[in-house]
Amino acid sequence: MKVLAAMSGGVDSAVAAARAVEAGHEVVGVHLALSRMPGTLRTGSRGCCTIEDSMDAQRAASVLGIPYYVWDFSERFKEEVVDEFIAEYEAGRTPNPCMRCNERIKFAALLEKALALGFDAVCTGHYATLLTDEAGNLELHRSAAMAKDQSYVLGVLTEEQLKHSMFPLGASASKDLIRAEAEARGLSVANKPDSYDICFIPEGDTQDWIADKLGNATGDIVDRAGNVLGSHEGSHGFTVGQRKGLSIGRPAADGKPRYVLEIRPKTNTVVVGPQAALAIAEMSGTRFTWCGQAPKSTDEWSDILVQVRAHGEAVPAEFAIVDGELVIRVKEPLLGVAPGQTAVLYLGTRVLGQTTIDKTVSAVPADEDLVGA
Amino acid sequence: MPVYLDHAATSPMRPAVWEAYSQALLSVGNPSSVHKFGQESRNLLESARESIASAIGANRSEIIFTSGGTESNNLAIKGLFWNRNSIDSNRNIILTAGTEHHAALDPSYWLEDNQGAKVQLVPVDERGVLDLDWLETYLKEFNESVALGSFMWANNETGVISDIPTISRMLAKYGIPAHSDAVAAFGHIPIDFEASQLATLAVSAHKLGGPVGVGALLVGRSVKLASLVHGGGQERGMRSGTMNSAGVTAFAAAVAETLANQPEEELRLARLSQLLIDGILEIVPEAQLSRGSAPGLSSNVHFTFPGCSADSLIFLLDAAGFSVSAGSACTAGVNRPSHVLLAMGRSEDEATGAMRVTLGYTSTEADIEGFLKAFPAAHELAKRAGLPSK
Repeated sequence: MKVLAAMSGGVDSAVAAARAVEAGHEVVGVHLALSRMPGTLRTGSRGCCTIEDSMDAQRAASVLGIPYYVWDFSERFKEEVVDEFIAEYEAGRTPNPCMRCNERIKFAALLEKALALGFDAVCTGHYATLLTDEAGNLELHRSAAMAKDQSYVLGVLTEEQLKHSMFPLGASASKDLIRAEAEARGLSVANKPDSYDICFIPEGDTQDWIADKLGNATGDIVDRAGNVLGSHEGSHGFTVGQRKGLSIGRPAADGKPRYVLEIRPKTNTVVVGPQAALAIAEMSGTRFTWCGQAPKSTDEWSDILVQVRAHGEAVPAEFAIVDGELVIRVKEPLLGVAPGQTAVLYLGTRVLGQTTIDKTVSAVPADEDLVGA
Repeated sequence: MPVYLDHAATSPMRPAVWEAYSQALLSVGNPSSVHKFGQESRNLLESARESIASAIGANRSEIIFTSGGTESNNLAIKGLFWNRNSIDSNRNIILTAGTEHHAALDPSYWLEDNQGAKVQLVPVDERGVLDLDWLETYLKEFNESVALGSFMWANNETGVISDIPTISRMLAKYGIPAHSDAVAAFGHIPIDFEASQLATLAVSAHKLGGPVGVGALLVGRSVKLASLVHGGGQERGMRSGTMNSAGVTAFAAAVAETLANQPEEELRLARLSQLLIDGILEIVPEAQLSRGSAPGLSSNVHFTFPGCSADSLIFLLDAAGFSVSAGSACTAGVNRPSHVLLAMGRSEDEATGAMRVTLGYTSTEADIEGFLKAFPAAHELAKRAGLPSK
C-alpha cells in the first residue's frame, strides 16, 4: 500500500512510520505545518507547530530512508481548530482541540489530500487498535497499552475514515517498549518528552490565552437560585468544575467551597454551587457520529460505557437517540462533565461512537444546594 | 536518476570547479601571513579577486569577499544605511520593493524595526515590474530623506529582470547610493559593475556551480560602508576574518566557466524554457506565467496553476523524478504563499499554486521532454487534491 505517515516529530509517530516501512508499505513522511509563525522554537515536544518538531520528524524520516515533506495546513487548522476552540469558549463550553484536529485535519484535510494524491492510507502514532469483525467490518478498539490508550481522541472517526487509517502502535504493550524500539532503530527522538499541552497555546496557559483573544468584561457570579455572590472579569475565564479563582466575599451557607457549575456567556454570568451539584445524571448532544458500523437500534435504551475525558475512566451508562439527540444516562452521578467536552461510547473495548456534549442534567436539584447547612 | 530542475536554489558544482577547489584546499597558509606559505595563499586569493573583478567590470579592490549572498546584502544595506544615517540623520528612507529576496528585504525591515529606518516600497505591477515613473516622482519630492535604494537585478522566483542601470542613475542624480542583489542574475545575463553606477552589488558562488558559503559584495571605491564584522581588518576593513582562499578560487573558477559561453548558454536555455512554457500551456491552458510579457532570465520558468497547491505539485513531481520548487527554499521546508507573488497582487490562493522550474548548465532537452511527460498526471492529481483553504 502507499502509506502517508503523519510525523509530528515525536517518538510515537516515528515508530509507527518505521513499522509501516517494515510491513512492506511504500511510505512517505509528512509533517503538518499548523502554525503561520514557523519561527516559534519551543523546547520539548508540543506535537506540532515548531521548527524543532519539524526537524525531528525530518531526522526520523531520514533514518527510515523515506521521502519527507512539510505540508501547510495552517489555514485549515486556524479556521477549524483554533477559531472553533475560541468560539466554544466564547459559548461557555470546554472544547477538546486535539479531537477537532483529528476530526477535521489529520483524518479529514490530510486524509482527503492523501487519497487525492494517490495514497491508500494515513498512518499515525496513536495508541489504538483496528480490528475486523466476522462480517469484515472495521472496529476501533482500545490499545493493548491501556495506560497510553488514545482511542478516545479517535472516537470521532467514521467508518470511511477507519478504512484509510493505520495505527501500527495499537498492539504495543507500553510506551517504554516504544521508546526502546525507537532507540534500537536509531531514532534520535527516542527520549523526547511526551506532549500534553495544547500545541497552539505557546505558554501553556489556556485562561490567559483565551482572555487575550476574547478580552475581559465584568459579570456576575450567582448561585443556582440567582443570588449575586460576587463578580468576575469575563465568563470565558472559567471552566465547569473550577474551584480556584472565584472571588466570592461571603462563605457558602454550608461553609464548604463552591465550584463553577455553569457558564452563561450570553449574560456573562458564572453559576456556582456545592461540589455535589457538579455531579451529572445525563448528558446529550446533537453532534454525534458512529465509529465504524452504527448500532442496529438506537430507539431503545442500551447499556454502554461512556468516557468524557482523554485520560478519564469509562463508566457504565445507557444511551438512546431521543428526538435527534444522543442522550446518555450514567448509572452513577458523574463529576467533571462540561458542555463542549466529547462523550465517547464504548462497548467493552470497542469504540462505538461519540458526541460533543451540548447539555448536561445535574444529579442534584437546585433546591438541594443548602442540604447539610 | 532524478532530474534536477532547481538551479536557482543551488547549481551543482561544476567538475572544473571541484578540481580547482580541491587543489586549493590542499594549499597551506593564511593569506595574511608574511611567509612563503602565506604569500602562496595570498596569490590564490588575489588571482581569484582579479579574475572575478574583470569578469564583472569592477576594479580588483572593489571586491569584498563574504560568506555568500545573504551576508553581502546585509553588509550593503545595513552598512550603507548606517553610514548615510550617521552623516545625516534625516536620511532614513530605504527605497526597495516587496518582491525582493528575504536576504535584502529582511535587513531593510530590521533597520526599520530597530534603527529608525523607514522602508518605502516602490510599487510593482502584476508582472513584478517596478514602476519607475512613480520612483521618479517620489525622488523629486523626498530625495533629501532617502538613505539608499535596494533593488534586485533579477528576481530569484519569477526571473523578471529590472533595469538596474537606469534605476541606479535615477538615484545617482540625487547622490543616493544604489545597491543591487544580483545573486540570481549574475552568470545568466551580462553585468558590468562600473557601467551600472551602483554603489554596491551582491553575488554568490553556489548559484553558478561554485561552493556554498562563498560570495562577494562589490563596493565602489569611493563608497563608504559601516562594517558588520569587526576584527583583523581584512577586505578593506569591511569584512574581518581570515580570507577563504580556496573558496574564492573555486568561485573564480565557477565565474570563468560560466561566463566563457554565457551568451550561447543564455540562448540555449531560452530555447529550452520556451519548449517548457509552450508545453505547460498546452497541458494547462489556464496556467499563468508569473512574469507575463516582462523581460526575464532564460533559466527561470515560474507559473501559477489555479486550484492547485504547490505542496501537492512539488511532492508529485518529486515522486516522478523531477526536482522543482515552489519558490524560494525556506528554513522549515514549508511552502507558504510566496511574498513575491503577494507583492505582485496575487491572492493567497493564487500564490499557493506556484511552481518554479530553473534550468542550468546540466539541463537538456531530454529533461524538458521528460518533465512534460510527467506533468499532466501530476497536475491532474494536484488539482484533484485542491487548495489548502478549501
